[in-house]
Amino acid sequence: MYSFDYERPSGVNEAVSAVGEDDKFLAGGQTLLPTLKLRLAQADKLIDLGGIAELKGISVSGSELSIGAMTRHVDVANSADVKSAIPALSHLASHIGDAQVRNRGTIGGSIANNDPAADYPAALVGLGATVHTDKRSISAEDFFIDLFETALEEDELVTKVTFPIPEKAGYAKFPNPASRFALTGVFVAQTAQGVRVAVTGAGPCVFRQTDMEAALSSNFSAEAVSGIKTEASGLSADIHASADYRANLISVMAARAVQAAS
Amino acid sequence: MSVENGIGASVRRKEDQRFITGNGHYLDDINRVGQAYGYFLRSPHAFAKISNIDLTAAKAAPGVVDIFTGADMVADGVGGLICGWGITSKDGSPHNAPPHNSLAVDAVRHVGDQVAFVIADTLQQAKDAAELIEVDYEVLTPVTNISKALAPGAPQIHEEAPGNLCYDWELGDKAAVDAAFANAAHVSKIDLVNNRLSPNPMEPRAALGEYDAGSEELTLHTTSQNPHVARLIMSAFLGIAPENKLRVIAPDVGGGFGSKIFVYAEETTTIWAARKINRPVKWTSDRSEAFLTDAHGRDHVSHAELAMDNDGKILAFRVSTQANMGAYLSTFASAVPTYLYGTLLSGQYKIPSIYVEVQAGFTNTTAVDAYRGAGRPEATYVVERMMDTAARDLSMDPTEFRLKNFIQPDAYPYETPVIMTYDSGDYPLAMNLAKEMIDYDGFAARKAQSEANGKIRGIGTAAYIEACGIAPSAAVGSLGAGVGLWESAEVRFNPTGSVTVFTGSHSHGQGHETTFAQIIADKLGVPIESVEVVHGDTSKVPFGMGTYGSRSLAVGGSAIVKAVDKIVEKSKKIAAHLMEASVEDIEHEHGVFSVAGTDKQMTMGEIAFAAYVPHNYPADLEPGMAENAFYDPLNFTFPAGTHIAEVEIDPATGIVDIVDWAAADDFGNIINPMIVEGQVHGGVAQGIGQALLEGVVYDDDSGQLITGSYMDYCMPRADDLPSFRITTTNTPCPSNPLGVKGCGEAGAIAAPAALMNAIVNALGKDIDMPATPEKVWRAINSN
Repeated sequence: MYSFDYERPSGVNEAVSAVGEDDKFLAGGQTLLPTLKLRLAQADKLIDLGGIAELKGISVSGSELSIGAMTRHVDVANSADVKSAIPALSHLASHIGDAQVRNRGTIGGSIANNDPAADYPAALVGLGATVHTDKRSISAEDFFIDLFETALEEDELVTKVTFPIPEKAGYAKFPNPASRFALTGVFVAQTAQGVRVAVTGAGPCVFRQTDMEAALSSNFSAEAVSGIKTEASGLSADIHASADYRANLISVMAARAVQAAS
Repeated sequence: MSVENGIGASVRRKEDQRFITGNGHYLDDINRVGQAYGYFLRSPHAFAKISNIDLTAAKAAPGVVDIFTGADMVADGVGGLICGWGITSKDGSPHNAPPHNSLAVDAVRHVGDQVAFVIADTLQQAKDAAELIEVDYEVLTPVTNISKALAPGAPQIHEEAPGNLCYDWELGDKAAVDAAFANAAHVSKIDLVNNRLSPNPMEPRAALGEYDAGSEELTLHTTSQNPHVARLIMSAFLGIAPENKLRVIAPDVGGGFGSKIFVYAEETTTIWAARKINRPVKWTSDRSEAFLTDAHGRDHVSHAELAMDNDGKILAFRVSTQANMGAYLSTFASAVPTYLYGTLLSGQYKIPSIYVEVQAGFTNTTAVDAYRGAGRPEATYVVERMMDTAARDLSMDPTEFRLKNFIQPDAYPYETPVIMTYDSGDYPLAMNLAKEMIDYDGFAARKAQSEANGKIRGIGTAAYIEACGIAPSAAVGSLGAGVGLWESAEVRFNPTGSVTVFTGSHSHGQGHETTFAQIIADKLGVPIESVEVVHGDTSKVPFGMGTYGSRSLAVGGSAIVKAVDKIVEKSKKIAAHLMEASVEDIEHEHGVFSVAGTDKQMTMGEIAFAAYVPHNYPADLEPGMAENAFYDPLNFTFPAGTHIAEVEIDPATGIVDIVDWAAADDFGNIINPMIVEGQVHGGVAQGIGQALLEGVVYDDDSGQLITGSYMDYCMPRADDLPSFRITTTNTPCPSNPLGVKGCGEAGAIAAPAALMNAIVNALGKDIDMPATPEKVWRAINSN
């Protein structure tokens, strides 16, 4: 770790006005702190968002579930509101990383990092969520741009995520045996706007599987998607899984997500 | 009469209170006034020549005390790291052991090789300064795979080892084996890769070096499994200091699994540098460094063939193995694929002739050395995968095939064709117990049920044997070992009746403080709370050989028993004097000395007090009550048993679910059944890790370590493991006074073969470790 300055503001405006060119926001720190410790990242100043009360909390109003950016995975997993509104989201949060990660990591930190194997991007895109920042609102599909790349500007801060409550949804994840990130995770949702299928872990960035969406629109069943193949070219390959295998996992996990949907 | 907390009692571990309350003293808990921090600049390249190292900017950086390179150590007369076991090749030549400097001289040969040692007031300053060191590398093409390294035209890693060959060794009667194969009715063959593993003890390696300019004594606190051996090597071969001026202390050590047996570059450099700067220096490995530099395990490529007659009786076995030594020859690396491997290829079977040849070679990878089981897991893996293959080829049930070929319980002592003399055992008993526990006969019905659920079920057996209690000194000496492998102990009574046991064994998780105290409680009637076990400090305990090879109880425990025998002998004389009887009439049991045929008796505590306050005392006897002993074992011990694994595979993903596990192990007599069960659990978990999850991966082209963190190197976790059904059988070991065989490595030896046999049984085709979901899925979906 290189040395850095540290600030802990108590409001969003204060946080945003404090951030300089080589500074970083610190949310749960589950990615940032290890990379700092390994000297793979460097910051002049860390702006710890942990003291900003307005960024935390979960609420339901009408047809929308709202989760503050600094809400921890464990709180999403255990929330009665989330369990009742979108049980698949609670299930997803309860399987992120391990207990230590879930006790520190936050939804805002996760999506702002946009790790290609993170779980939350699948839920956001699968549910057609909206990311709210201190400056604007961005649809999930416009928010996640590419590998570790989002629509966020340097000094822009995620404040909350709002999810339209679906008719039903399911998430199935094949964890990387070592890291327990999603080697491939598929989120399916039946929503007022139609069926959505979002895939994380398999490619450089979360994406929608439109062939599966079409098939599920006419027949929302595991059988409808288990035979639909995803083109392997463009998918990720590493020591844990080839692109072919990930393509297979998309079909298998999609079917299991449909089966689990509630 | 049994004794509370004596032999056979599942006493809770005495040491755990301090470990789980954070009151242990691990290396990084220990600090000294004025201590500086060391940091190693490591090679980013797998293979490169160093043309220049410029320290100018780094030495001027804030807080830097000094920076050393290989040239400094060479100029100071520090010798290279050594390999302590000489292997002779087929042609009679000694193995090639190229120079291994603690800090690189002229070249680096694996990613993580030490280039410079930076010492500063803080660790951050040392790291900052290391970034200012300018090293001119001429990058060379590396080779990481052993078969490629031994092939013609491979990059030449050391001038001293042409063709990257360390040795080309053989054991057994080649002519007899060839003749048996020529006349065999059946021959089965198999090709196997034994995957490279990273040891991953919970506490990373660390060292704290101190120099006392007044006494000229050096003190090294280090994470060692054998501090006296470390002192001996550092003194005699590296020239760090004379033995009497070098104190090595291995305090609480958080796991080793073999990786802390060895004398490494970092610890050596740290203690040397402490004198150079006349200031305490601490170095603590981080986890990334551990992946790069802790000696790895396994990494064999083998071809095996089994000859059988018409009835399925084994006639002969031949094995050819290539073993990866890594970039340098580590402390005991040469022995692992030879005398700890080839000698176990008879397994539990009566095999008339065996021939094995092993080519060991160098690659641009981390050094490979002993890791839990060391050679014996590799041998069991070859033997037991071979047995399943042969049974499959003959359409026989694999357990029936084994039972048909087992060495029978009345055959001991049994001499194998690979120079081992098995002393005791009952292999059919353990196998039948394991089969019963897992309901082997009900497998077909369970398989049908799985099939109905769209799953593939498999069952697999491993009947393992290991040679433990390492080792008879004369025997290992004749095979090339540079040291004797006896053990030492001192049993010292205090005047008030409590006991301090000094042992040359070293506990880094095994529970010696409890097990050894139980021996004293049982033999001398001293409550275990009143027994202190001291280990790990060359200034406190007599010279000892340390802990590895499941030797602590069989060898270290036996030394304690020998010392206890001397205590009893002396006590009898004192008791006879005080009770006015003849020594011959004194009887002893559990610390109570009585006069035969009378009700006169004295306790051990009373006698010990009399020995320290000898007012009324035998005239010809020395006062005091402390005895030491050295024990050199008569033979190896031979723990053996059968493990059976049952798996269910999800064909859609290739996920292997271990649904059942049965283990019947013969460890001889058992002192603490709870600790033994824990050792089996841990060993099996490590073996399952090897079979399903773990595997060190290097990039073929660059030689970079890909599995350099837990993001990519997969350790077994609780939810990867089944509940274990465990039992033990007991044929007491005839060659040591406790009748014990050792249990620390058994699980890691048995598990990989049992689990892989189960997976192969399910798939109907061979597959290599680790059986990752994708590999299994591909096997299911390939023709």
